[in-house]
Amino acid sequence: MSELLHRYAHARAGDKGDRLSLGVFVYQDAHYSWLVEQLSESSVTALFEHRGVSHVTRYLLPHLNGMNLVLDDALQGGVNGALNLDGHGKTLSALLLSMKVTPPQI
Amino acid sequence: MTVVVGCGAGFSGDRTDAARPLVDALMSYDAPRALMFETLGERTLAAAQLRRIKDPDSGDEPLLEEFLSPVLSDCLANHITILGNFGAANPDAACRRIQQLAKRLGHSQACLATIQGDDVRDRLHALDWQAWEGEKRSISALEQVVAANVYLGADALIEAMTQGAQVVITGRVADPSLALAPLCYYHNWARDDWHSLAAGALAGHLIECGTQVTGGYFADPGVKEVPGMASLGYPLVEVERNGRLIVTKPAGTGGLVTEQTVKEQLLYEIHNPSAYITPDVVINLEHVRIKQLAKDRVEVTGVRGKPAPDRLKTTVSFLDGYQGEAEISYAGPNAFARASLARETLRQRLALRCPANLRTRFDLIGISSVFDGDSQLAARTIEEAASDIRLRLAVEHADKSVVELATQELLALYCCGPAGGGGVRRHHTQRLKTASYLVPRQQVAPTVTLHEGEGNE
Repeated sequence: MSELLHRYAHARAGDKGDRLSLGVFVYQDAHYSWLVEQLSESSVTALFEHRGVSHVTRYLLPHLNGMNLVLDDALQGGVNGALNLDGHGKTLSALLLSMKVTPPQI
Repeated sequence: MTVVVGCGAGFSGDRTDAARPLVDALMSYDAPRALMFETLGERTLAAAQLRRIKDPDSGDEPLLEEFLSPVLSDCLANHITILGNFGAANPDAACRRIQQLAKRLGHSQACLATIQGDDVRDRLHALDWQAWEGEKRSISALEQVVAANVYLGADALIEAMTQGAQVVITGRVADPSLALAPLCYYHNWARDDWHSLAAGALAGHLIECGTQVTGGYFADPGVKEVPGMASLGYPLVEVERNGRLIVTKPAGTGGLVTEQTVKEQLLYEIHNPSAYITPDVVINLEHVRIKQLAKDRVEVTGVRGKPAPDRLKTTVSFLDGYQGEAEISYAGPNAFARASLARETLRQRLALRCPANLRTRFDLIGISSVFDGDSQLAARTIEEAASDIRLRLAVEHADKSVVELATQELLALYCCGPAGGGGVRRHHTQRLKTASYLVPRQQVAPTVTLHEGEGNE
């Protein structure tokens, strides 16, 4: 059985140039280590592969029960260079939350 | 002692009736207070520079009067310092407009300060440039540069306050510096007290996007409910001398301040949380703790600071070709097939009529648009369920006539079909792109100019 990450976490996207950052936090503190398992650099890279992402860096913030994901070259030119309607990539927090996940056991 | 800073705008297009409840709340504090307006995005300044090139008296924030007129009088009368980057490409023009506004409101003796020195467009060849991390374009390769602005820190703003400025008007400064400056001024923090400076800069970072920390941009019905979306309260931050800070908002306003809203804004547009670089201090967020103290009151502690960087970020904006967009809608039975046929027809027509170096992108809005890459890899896996679809073509080329020819091909679908297409819109713009670099701090010299009582002239 798989569900969407949206059920367990919330997120916000930010941009600088062609780089996308995604702050992601679990609603329940107990789900933090589960989040770390689900959102690996490779699973995030796979989710954004079609955007031409070249590298994903994950920064863990255990005090906040969340993490910051930084995706290089995710914006295909960024706010000033992209042909995408959403050049900022602001909607991409929802793409992350649409990831199919194995539900936490607790 | 506590110092309170409010943020009345988080971007150039923000709600212009936001500051009034903030100033009412600020007036109720028995503490030093300031109000900041952050209205400059990465390209807002370049757009302002283009306006200034056309009209030397223009190039500041277009909504300046709308933002300030509801609150300027009370701020001047109640020692609430206003700091804003609404000077954009022309702080002097903004200063003149604020002087006139102050005079109309009966404050002809208002003391205003402009900060200059961020604009280095005339010194492009004199500076020692380094590419910003992630920047692939060499500065020497950029043509048609229209703006080059260094992100200044809080120093000149503090100096302006020291000289008695009631309104501090800047062009490009780092957004958090607009709040850090009054915090440094009132708390008298040493300029190498890195932990305090980090707390002050973080206070600015948390409020500089306006409602993004008070429930704006947070609502997700059924999951993250936000009350009063049409009357969102803009943020206030209370900062103690020891760096403890509390995010809140005016009583009686919509929105909410929770651990969740503060967390989302904490990491907004940040890369490495252990080294968030500002001109004033490098902030380490790794040890930050966030705690709800009461309804709409959230405490942030544990921020640490490291010495300010030797180089300052500089955004360079340049004109680079043209963009065209055109859209047409298909709805009802078989809409997906008709929209897909329209897309394929357009592809063939563009291949026939336009140069091969035309950059193109197609979206089927309602099926696949913002999530997808330019190569539409995601769209290929999507089933044809939607029945109200908008085909969008976006193109880019150095030659404006090529861009117009390309979008005209979408317009032609009006008669050439497929069946039932309608609602065409076309839009063309010159592309204004940005690139980021670093310049040595010692090559940048911000200046403060005081304008006192000039409203009588």
